[in-house]
Amino acid sequence: MNKNYSQLRAMFSLTKASLTALLRNPSAVVFNLIFPLIFIIVFGFISGSGFRIDVALDKNTDTNNPVYKSLEQIKSVKLITALPDEEISSELEKGRIDAVINISKNPDGMTVVSLKTTKASPERGNIFKVMLNEIISRQNLELMKDVRIPKTELKEEVVEGRKFKTIDFILPGQLGFSLLSAGVFGTAFIFISLRQTLVIKRFFATPVSRAAILTGESLSRLIFSIFSAVIIIVIGNLFFGFTLVNGFVTFLNMMLLSVIALTVFLGFGFVVSGIAKNESSVPPIANLITLPQFLLAGTFFPVSNFPEWLQPVSKALPLTYLNEAMRKISFEGADIFGVGKEIGILLLWGLAVYIIAVKVFKWE
Amino acid sequence: MDKTIIQVKNLVKKYDDLEAVKGISFDVFEGEIFGLLGPNGAGKTTTLEIMETLREKTSGEVIIDNYSVDKDQNKIKKIIGVQLQAAGYYPNLHLNELIELFAGLYNVYANPDEMLQLVNLQDRKKSKFKELSGGQKQRFSICTTLINNPKIVFLDEPTTGLDPQARRNLWELIKSIKGKGTTIMLTTHYMDEAEILCDRVGIIDNGKIITIDTPDNLIDKLVKSGFQKIKKQKDASLEDVFLNLTGHELRDE
Repeated sequence: MNKNYSQLRAMFSLTKASLTALLRNPSAVVFNLIFPLIFIIVFGFISGSGFRIDVALDKNTDTNNPVYKSLEQIKSVKLITALPDEEISSELEKGRIDAVINISKNPDGMTVVSLKTTKASPERGNIFKVMLNEIISRQNLELMKDVRIPKTELKEEVVEGRKFKTIDFILPGQLGFSLLSAGVFGTAFIFISLRQTLVIKRFFATPVSRAAILTGESLSRLIFSIFSAVIIIVIGNLFFGFTLVNGFVTFLNMMLLSVIALTVFLGFGFVVSGIAKNESSVPPIANLITLPQFLLAGTFFPVSNFPEWLQPVSKALPLTYLNEAMRKISFEGADIFGVGKEIGILLLWGLAVYIIAVKVFKWE
Repeated sequence: MDKTIIQVKNLVKKYDDLEAVKGISFDVFEGEIFGLLGPNGAGKTTTLEIMETLREKTSGEVIIDNYSVDKDQNKIKKIIGVQLQAAGYYPNLHLNELIELFAGLYNVYANPDEMLQLVNLQDRKKSKFKELSGGQKQRFSICTTLINNPKIVFLDEPTTGLDPQARRNLWELIKSIKGKGTTIMLTTHYMDEAEILCDRVGIIDNGKIITIDTPDNLIDKLVKSGFQKIKKQKDASLEDVFLNLTGHELRDE
């Protein structure tokens, strides 16, 4: 018999067992890896299309006019020709096309551009109107270039910046949500199941300590989630151009942040496993924790897009801070200390959650 | 044989408003099979779980191989093997992986093949626990109690729910464990099982031990007191008929 019993050895054997079981469990793989990847792929493709204004041309338009030539140069304007009149007006009413123009010369030789926009798409219509005005004034200035009058001139300067792609916003959000659901669902299910099938009771008949059971099990979740995070980031970076500002250093900082966040989220899982009476009551309780954060914590849309009354709710959620911190690290190149405020709030949540977990967690 | 390895003195266990164990005392000797017999709810499992350090007692004393359950829980856990009633095993793992897990939890080195051989499950090492038949599950449960090479093995109703063939097979396994010098304490509510397996039995009812002796002595005492079976025993029982017709070989393997 061993004189010195090592809780560490017991813990690692549990981690190994738990990890083996986890990899054999299809739902864990689907939730942690496949779901986030699907979202990333979907948004990765959507992001290519960008902003576009659809403009139909009246059939009498003079396509040799310089105004028309200028319009053709603008990438975000799609000119639609050869659409029958009746279809143009119905599409315009539905907002499927944003504007209709007719470019022609009146008997005096003056170019007249008539624009028809729709209330179904007012923003795009307005933007197009501004574009058109700009083209026409330039045209007029060109014609008057010999007239010596004081003119107003716009000098524009574009600051060099990194191009912020949709994937740069979506991927950190998906990563955050993957960590949250792994922490909450994974832990809650496994501890309830181990408790109900008396697996934990059988463990208690061995010299392993409770702390070793908890850390061993948590460690396996941590390894699995970090492994999923690596795959998500690598695929995002290689195939969808996800920005890692400082390359590998940024990657390491993201990993470190993931570990901190998952540790906090595991606490939610412990709480759920303590409150839920059986496995079937896990999903409603766990969804209550994860779904609002999925929607409100800036996973898909920036928190600033939400109405003002909703923003305080968003700003109270832990996932919001993980998402913000993750984006600051990946895109702005901050390191783990640069997101101290966000981590501080996450840790405050962690503290609160673990205090509750200690109170409600059940072993049998 | 009569070296005491387990001592239970005035053991009491109270739940909120129920006294499940009401001051029981007994000794178990090294190398014997001791059976705790009693109807459901008599307090067998509670008593066993206190001895296994899985449950707190209300009062009394329990000494396992000179260790007290109050102070030396971890020392006791290292020298006992525990089979729980209806315990499950870690989901999604194969039997050999479960053995490795328990070897880690006990901090011992165990060869999964050799361990499974002991309970005749070497062919199922890549199976999951839930895929086993009832008898195989119990054999695997007993297998996990042997991983730390324990001095004492506790078996809680090891044969409940098994068919006659599987029960006999398990009796042989339990006897072979005893044959290696391991002390065994088991609970059962099958009297034929106790009569065949146990060196001594304690009969427990309503949280109290009514009597302790060898099965033979208990039967003799009853006969001496003038007891007569209402129906004269035949030379064979229905179970003998069943086994004669269906054979002793294990099923569902």
